[in-house]
Amino acid sequence: MRLTQPAGRRLVAGVPILWLLVLFLIPFLIVFRISFSEVRLAIPPYTPLITWHHGTPSLDLHGSAYAFLFTDSLYVSSYLYSLKVAAVSTLFCLLIGYPMAYAIARAAPSSRALLLMLIVLPFWTSFLLRVYAWIGLLKNNGVINNVLLYLGVIHHPLALLQTDFAVYIGIVYSYLPFMILPLYANLEKHDTALLEAAADLGARPLRAFLSITLPQSLPGIIAGSLLVFIPAVGEYVIPTLLGRTDQLMIGRVLSDEFFENRDWPVASAVAILILLLLVVPIMWFQRLERQELEGAK
Amino acid sequence: MSASTEPASAYVRIANVTKKFGDFVAVDDVSLDIRRGEIFCLLGGSGSGKTTLLRMLAGFESPTSGRIYIDGADMSTIPPYERPVNMMFQSYALFPHMSVEKNVSFGLEQERLGRDAIRRQVGEILEIVKMGSFGARKPHQLSGGQRQRVALARALVKRPKLLLLDEPLAALDKKLREHTQFELLNIQQRLGVTFIVVTHDQEEAMTLGQRLGVMNHGRIAQVGSPSDIYESPGTRFVADFIGSVNLFEGQVSDEGADFVRIRSSELDCAIRAERSVNCTRGATVWTAIRPEKVNISRQAQEGDARNGENFARGTVREIAYMGDMSIYLVQIASGKMMRVTLPNVMRGGDEPPIAREESVLLSWHGSSPVVLTE
Repeated sequence: MRLTQPAGRRLVAGVPILWLLVLFLIPFLIVFRISFSEVRLAIPPYTPLITWHHGTPSLDLHGSAYAFLFTDSLYVSSYLYSLKVAAVSTLFCLLIGYPMAYAIARAAPSSRALLLMLIVLPFWTSFLLRVYAWIGLLKNNGVINNVLLYLGVIHHPLALLQTDFAVYIGIVYSYLPFMILPLYANLEKHDTALLEAAADLGARPLRAFLSITLPQSLPGIIAGSLLVFIPAVGEYVIPTLLGRTDQLMIGRVLSDEFFENRDWPVASAVAILILLLLVVPIMWFQRLERQELEGAK
Repeated sequence: MSASTEPASAYVRIANVTKKFGDFVAVDDVSLDIRRGEIFCLLGGSGSGKTTLLRMLAGFESPTSGRIYIDGADMSTIPPYERPVNMMFQSYALFPHMSVEKNVSFGLEQERLGRDAIRRQVGEILEIVKMGSFGARKPHQLSGGQRQRVALARALVKRPKLLLLDEPLAALDKKLREHTQFELLNIQQRLGVTFIVVTHDQEEAMTLGQRLGVMNHGRIAQVGSPSDIYESPGTRFVADFIGSVNLFEGQVSDEGADFVRIRSSELDCAIRAERSVNCTRGATVWTAIRPEKVNISRQAQEGDARNGENFARGTVREIAYMGDMSIYLVQIASGKMMRVTLPNVMRGGDEPPIAREESVLLSWHGSSPVVLTE
């Protein structure tokens, strides 16, 4: 037993490590390596990392893909636009999701399971289908415009599709459950006696919420925000189907570089930069979570 | 049930308060007056309604019917955050993300006091509960006893006229409880606060409370001083709930101006007790005798000298040595077990004064039995 236990433990830890190694680290290294090549008309369509001159190997690193990202304003503006869209969407998810999570956490225990199921229910339909459904709602002769025209609220159809508004709607709608679920998990654990204690000490309900519930739900807010923000920055489907054509999000740019321009090095450099942009908030989150764990002891 | 003799001095008045949760009646038509500056203990088992009553005083629950007055003011429409009351929670309910100082100053900040005044008052109260050097700690860095002190400081810092304490000592170990009990009394006297303490622990209630209210099934069973409740319980429930008691069911066989004689099939002699309640001949009554008020002796034949009253012959079946005293379980002639306690006055007795399986005579003084009609 004594000998097998550590081996068993190693096996348990080994599976996820292997998973991360094969499906995350190796692909990342490949992309990282391609980002330092130059494009060429060949298979594969980029220069090799190591070239041989008269029997001596030489490392062939090119920063041109990265440099290129800063020569054309398309990339910088796409990055900034993506960050803006992701940030605004995250904010709206939080503003809509927090009250919903709070209400579910305070609902009768018997009805919580049902309410949570309703939150998860949209996942049972294809994500793509649900985004397509928004086209049907938002387009010029779509449901929303037709209803408003019929009611006489407007006399010309509103241009809803292919706007920032449509992208926000699409992202907030699609990612809202990822905000609600971690917030619910946090709020559900709150001890209601703390709010009673606050009331007992003279705090009105709003004050008690701001000084007791809100700070204590911070880990949930951060977890939910990251779960929305990170995928939203690289979102491809929603802006492509619902968004503007004059301003692309970075996910679309990446896809275009790869499939349209066949410029693998630039596409890889775009991907690496997204990663760098996202690593910062993730590390910040992990640090906060560590503090939270220490505080809970 | 407990109309105070001096209603004018009632600081808290609970008038015919009933609280229902669905079909369940948690508090059933309770009326109670609590005097200014006293320590009043609500004592009862779980589900007796004591905590619900406390929560209604704090304003977390509102009565289904009846009214609560504090210092003459009707509390019906007053939310918890506007009541002149503070509560110490059983779980302490300290804010985990705030330091000790922040926890204690929270209540003062709601009053929008100046920063200096807050700091001074927080410092003072932390000194009183001997937590002055722990201001920067977070609750999770404190021991149970320290948390209890912070909770007390947080509730006291607003100088409430009425402090509600929900099982204040339940989470502490035995030594710490005794110490804290006396400290609570000390603080209560220094600050002149009225305490209402809820507890299921009769020992805690006896030492803390100047008056006790024993609750059962949402009703107040009896109100009185600790010795009233212990020596003169009004009902079988109270007699049995506070301390241990030997109960005999029987009929009144004779009565006089100052005595009643009771015949019980559980005893081979009559009980003669001082007259304390109205009962007529033939009525079914219960007689309660406390274990420490029963004498135990080897001279079983002495019983003949007792006029056939207030004794029982039996055999010792169990002896539980408790250190300061021993509990004897004696089986009497009817088969009933009687409980007798004796202080262990002499030291070092490997041989107990009375051994197991020995025949003994149990006897008691005529003032010891309490006659109960309900």
